[in-house]
Amino acid sequence: MENNTGNGQNNYQTTPCHEVDYDRALPIVLGQIFTYGDLFTKLSFLIMGFSNIIRGQIIKGFIFLLTEVMFFYYLLMENGGVYHLGRLITLGTNPASQGDGDFGQIIYNDDSRKCLLFGVATIVIIFAFIALWAESLRSGYEAQYFVAKGKRPNSFYRDIQIYFDKKIYRTLLFLPITGVLIFTVLPIIFMICIGFTNYNMEHNGYTRLIDWIGFDMFGKVLHMGSDPDGGVNKFSHTFWTVLGWTLIWAVATTFLCYIFGMILAMVINRKGIKYKKFWRTLFITSVAVPQFVSLLIMRSFLSEFGLLNSVLRNIGISDPPNWLGDSNLAKVVVIIVNLWVGIPYTMLITTGILMNIPAELYEAAKVDGANAVTTFFKITLPYMIFVTTPYLIQQFIGNINNFNVIYLLTGGGPNLDLDKYQAGDTDLLVTWLYKLTMDSKDYNLASVIGILIFILSATFSLITYRSSGSYKNEEEFQ
Amino acid sequence: MSEKNTTKFRSKRKAQNTTDIITYILLSILGFMWVFPFIIIILISFREEKGMDLSYVIPKTFSFQNYIDLFTVPIGSDVTFFTWFKNTLLISIVVTIVSTFFVLSVSFTMSRIRFKMRRTFMNIALILGMFPGFMSMSAIYIILDAFKMTGKLSSLMLCYSASAGLGFYVAKGFFDTIPKAMDEAAWIDGATKWTVFTKITMPLSKPIIVYTVLTSFMGPWMDYIFVAYIMRTQYDKYTVARGLYMMIDREHAQTMYTQFCAGAVVVSIPLAIVFLSMQKCYTEGLSGSVKG
Repeated sequence: MENNTGNGQNNYQTTPCHEVDYDRALPIVLGQIFTYGDLFTKLSFLIMGFSNIIRGQIIKGFIFLLTEVMFFYYLLMENGGVYHLGRLITLGTNPASQGDGDFGQIIYNDDSRKCLLFGVATIVIIFAFIALWAESLRSGYEAQYFVAKGKRPNSFYRDIQIYFDKKIYRTLLFLPITGVLIFTVLPIIFMICIGFTNYNMEHNGYTRLIDWIGFDMFGKVLHMGSDPDGGVNKFSHTFWTVLGWTLIWAVATTFLCYIFGMILAMVINRKGIKYKKFWRTLFITSVAVPQFVSLLIMRSFLSEFGLLNSVLRNIGISDPPNWLGDSNLAKVVVIIVNLWVGIPYTMLITTGILMNIPAELYEAAKVDGANAVTTFFKITLPYMIFVTTPYLIQQFIGNINNFNVIYLLTGGGPNLDLDKYQAGDTDLLVTWLYKLTMDSKDYNLASVIGILIFILSATFSLITYRSSGSYKNEEEFQ
Repeated sequence: MSEKNTTKFRSKRKAQNTTDIITYILLSILGFMWVFPFIIIILISFREEKGMDLSYVIPKTFSFQNYIDLFTVPIGSDVTFFTWFKNTLLISIVVTIVSTFFVLSVSFTMSRIRFKMRRTFMNIALILGMFPGFMSMSAIYIILDAFKMTGKLSSLMLCYSASAGLGFYVAKGFFDTIPKAMDEAAWIDGATKWTVFTKITMPLSKPIIVYTVLTSFMGPWMDYIFVAYIMRTQYDKYTVARGLYMMIDREHAQTMYTQFCAGAVVVSIPLAIVFLSMQKCYTEGLSGSVKG
């Protein structure tokens, strides 16, 4: 080992070789490789793996070369990448037509949705290829560097070993990232694109093709006030009303669950309470039962002729309220039911943290003569909020997107405000989005709503999360 | 002086006792409110009288008929609850294996290995998590359609497990608590990072492995949205959650309500046992992630 380095030192005198700082941005790294690289390395910019093949890393070099050949074959072949990129711009030109006669079969031609999908997929493939290309250049330069230092470049077997040691992150991340790319990233890019098209009930994508319409839909949704021609702009009216209720809902449920869950945890934690474990289990049972079961049952209890109202009628109240049928009452009821769902969960999370609060703080407060309420607001709450900020944000965003409670309890109803487009009075943005996709097929509107929900949650979380201690001091506990 | 102190102590003791009693009463009332709906479901599941909105709680005749009907009497065309149960079990076994592998790989990497793109990947994962899940549902359908995969159980398995890698935060929080010195000691002894992963970190991480296995196993039992969107009207490919949901839609509710309750009990009891048994890992994992 020592000898080897010694030899390398000697060679270093004759053929100059430069360290490339691979931690810098990609264009700078590539630029350095290009300036320091010899002819073979420079040629690798065109013929991937050339430098590796010349310097004896034959298998590796040919793998690079093969992927390059395959990539360009895919781009240039008939109905290949270039064709898909072209169709991404036009979104199809040739709609499906009906064959001869009244009952002729439909002849399918272009499908705008697939044009868009394959176009986006091609772009993802191109990016993946660029990453691989940069990697091949890096590997080619490394081979040159090794040879210049008088060492043998790694054998293929050694390279594979490295993928289980130093570069293990690549081996472990490969499959998970591929899965995420295909089933999360690609669909999300696709749906974002849909927001800029006219894909809806009238333009189904194959008999009536889709076109790019730019920011039109965003304008319609965000536009405040009434239409130029006097009528109510249904999209924006619905959006702002639903957004208002979503925020009220998210704030109310997050904080009520948090406070009451914590109080419950403190009550059970109190000195002198026996069978603590039994009490906790009692409440946690409701978390353990799948949410769709407990919520569907709640709905059947609360319905107009459900169990609750039957019991009320039996007691003698002849005209019990329709719990989920009146818009204001329904809003209160969903918040209360959500408390029923959420309080045990908060209790579960906070129990452990509550016990970690230093006892000296409470003793000091006792000496100063503080009562229970003051202690709670001056010691417990600030401490808890400090420790659980990330959890609170997560809950807040979770509540903005709380699909289950609303969808299963009220389905968004009651539907009393007829100026709203496809949304009921308790609809949150997510449930509205769901209805737009499933019932009215307003895909582009749904996509715009999805993007706006994203912007909403991203703003809330990134600001708070990035400034929180647990993000900044990630290494602290290691 | 000392007598005065004792009386003070006694009165304090008395006050403590009364608050204790009040607390017990409060807890009992609250506890009853939380458990009450489940007691009622169990009662209804043993009720012989069919129908949804009866005005009494305790059944007039008890029987096991609902449970027997649930597994034998076809719903809709000729599908029974048993088919759905089988589908769900199959799907969740495959999903558990794949997602556990994905989650553990990603969280180990993000926690123990420092590489250039690490922070970027973690931020991207955060950002992707902020898009509402239903938004991409129709896109996933089109992707599956392009590969001619719609309407198959395997497509559901893919949907549930492919993106599992994004849910690495809890497990990463756990791995962060294992001292790094152990890894370093192993490296000095010449162990590769793969050996560290399989021989050192994994054996120390039983709680989080159990947690990951159980949460990924439970996923397919809860989903009632994706199934319907991908399987459309192929009722024989439904999972239990969607099947139960179908049992109390407008068409079936009046006749199937008691069977629905029986089905709910059949699904809930194993899941509740699983949940309660991993409750400890659950809180530990979560408070771990809260701390850092």
